[in-house]
Amino acid sequence: MIAEARLAAVDAPGSVGASHKIHARLDGVTRVYPPRAGHGEVHALGPISFELRAGEFFSVVGPSGCGKSTLLDVLAGLAVPSAGTVEFEGKRVLGEVPDGVGVVFQEDASFPWLTVEDNVAFGLRRSGVDPAEIKRRVDFAIGFMALGDFRRAYPSQLSGGMRQRVCIARTLVLQPRLILLDEPFGALDQQTRLLMGDELLRLWRETSATVLLITHALDEANLLSDRIGVMSARPGRFIDIVETGWPRERDSRLAEGPDFGAVTARLWSFLRAESLRAMGQGSKQGSAPR
Amino acid sequence: MSMTALRSFRDPILVAVSLVVLWQVLHHIAGDVAVTAPAPTLAHLWEMIGQARFVPHLRETGLAFLQALAIACGGGILLGVVLGGHKLTGEVAEPILVGLYSLPKITLYPVILLMFGLGMPAKVAFGALHGIIPVVLFTMNAVRNVNRTYLRTGRVLRLTPAQTAWHILIPATLPEIFSGLRIGFSLTLLGTMLGELFASQRGLGFLLMTAIDLNDVKTILAIAVLISAFAVICNAVLLAIDKHLHRGAAPEITGK
Repeated sequence: MIAEARLAAVDAPGSVGASHKIHARLDGVTRVYPPRAGHGEVHALGPISFELRAGEFFSVVGPSGCGKSTLLDVLAGLAVPSAGTVEFEGKRVLGEVPDGVGVVFQEDASFPWLTVEDNVAFGLRRSGVDPAEIKRRVDFAIGFMALGDFRRAYPSQLSGGMRQRVCIARTLVLQPRLILLDEPFGALDQQTRLLMGDELLRLWRETSATVLLITHALDEANLLSDRIGVMSARPGRFIDIVETGWPRERDSRLAEGPDFGAVTARLWSFLRAESLRAMGQGSKQGSAPR
Repeated sequence: MSMTALRSFRDPILVAVSLVVLWQVLHHIAGDVAVTAPAPTLAHLWEMIGQARFVPHLRETGLAFLQALAIACGGGILLGVVLGGHKLTGEVAEPILVGLYSLPKITLYPVILLMFGLGMPAKVAFGALHGIIPVVLFTMNAVRNVNRTYLRTGRVLRLTPAQTAWHILIPATLPEIFSGLRIGFSLTLLGTMLGELFASQRGLGFLLMTAIDLNDVKTILAIAVLISAFAVICNAVLLAIDKHLHRGAAPEITGK
């Protein structure tokens, strides 16, 4: 499965060159929420243009309410941009999640009425995959996410971190070529976040999928990413894209190195002013509707 | 038999034995004039059930109850889904439904009788009127409160609308809807029995009223035991199903 996913990621259409093959592209994308009761029109995002390189780990950081999740929704096809275009593997994304894209949400999205095993197999069963193949992929994903002892447990019997691993496993079995993660560790404690980050890096290395992570934790973004996009206060735009230059083989011990702090400091230097701006906006207008 | 299975039987048996003891004590205090003893009452009930003239009354009550329950559950779920799915309609309807729920519905029975006449339709309507409101309210809230992340997950997994409804919406709403059905069941039974008590020519309620008129305490208690046993057994079954559906709310068993 890993080999298949790696090939799929490398051979993705839309590639533009040997060094940086483009996997997904946003071109002049904006998202404006129409007026609603008590709120005027909210310009949440953009115009924003950027390219996701095939196989890279890209994180997005930005102040609260800057449109990070909106960016993910637009890229995933869960929201339609008000202007601009989104492409995945060279094809336009038009309000539908394209085949090959997996999303893990911040909120617990495990289905409480299904066991861990059934949760992980859910998407495969709906897409008519052969039962033997489902079993093979589910067994692998459950093992990979260290959920083997809990395959017959219900989500309510698991901790927050384990439930999030169930959701990641459910995404993993579908062998996505682009994985979008919307603050998946937001509700977890710091130690669990670090361990989950290591697992995520392992997953990324093994599958060679392209990963886009939305996070508000600068250290997390720094540790996990090849590149980090720093967004401005609403309407969110990239004010800087930081190349970390970390080796592909890395884990949470990277934080002990001397360069780590420098990258975090650079991120914060951009983000501090934007966060203050966002706080000013928030106190005047409230945050963008979802 | 395992200890867990034994424990699950222990509590209901203890409650039943305690009730019989309490009944016996009440009999000793009040005497046959007010409360007949458990043993002769149960013997009388057994005798009644064996009589051919009792069966039509049982059938009448059973039919009225089943029809009322079908209307309360079917209509309640349908209306609840519509009101839950349409925000404005739901917001308008909710206070009206809550108001109707708290209204002593017996005050509406004369109107029901005028509309449906004396007989089965009035009993069915009165039973359904009692049961439908909790079913509507629970269903409406279940639909309204479906976790939006589940629906977004359905979109990410590229489910069709039918697959989303069958594999996500129904299982996500079922536990809360079933809780409504459980309450609807009890209230429908109450409404049907009330309908038979106040204006009826057949059914267990009618037999009960006749027994009250004749001061036939043994028959009053025998019918009360029969109805109570039916309600308790059905509720136990429904509660077990309800617990099974809510198994997702079980306590956490592990760390990290």
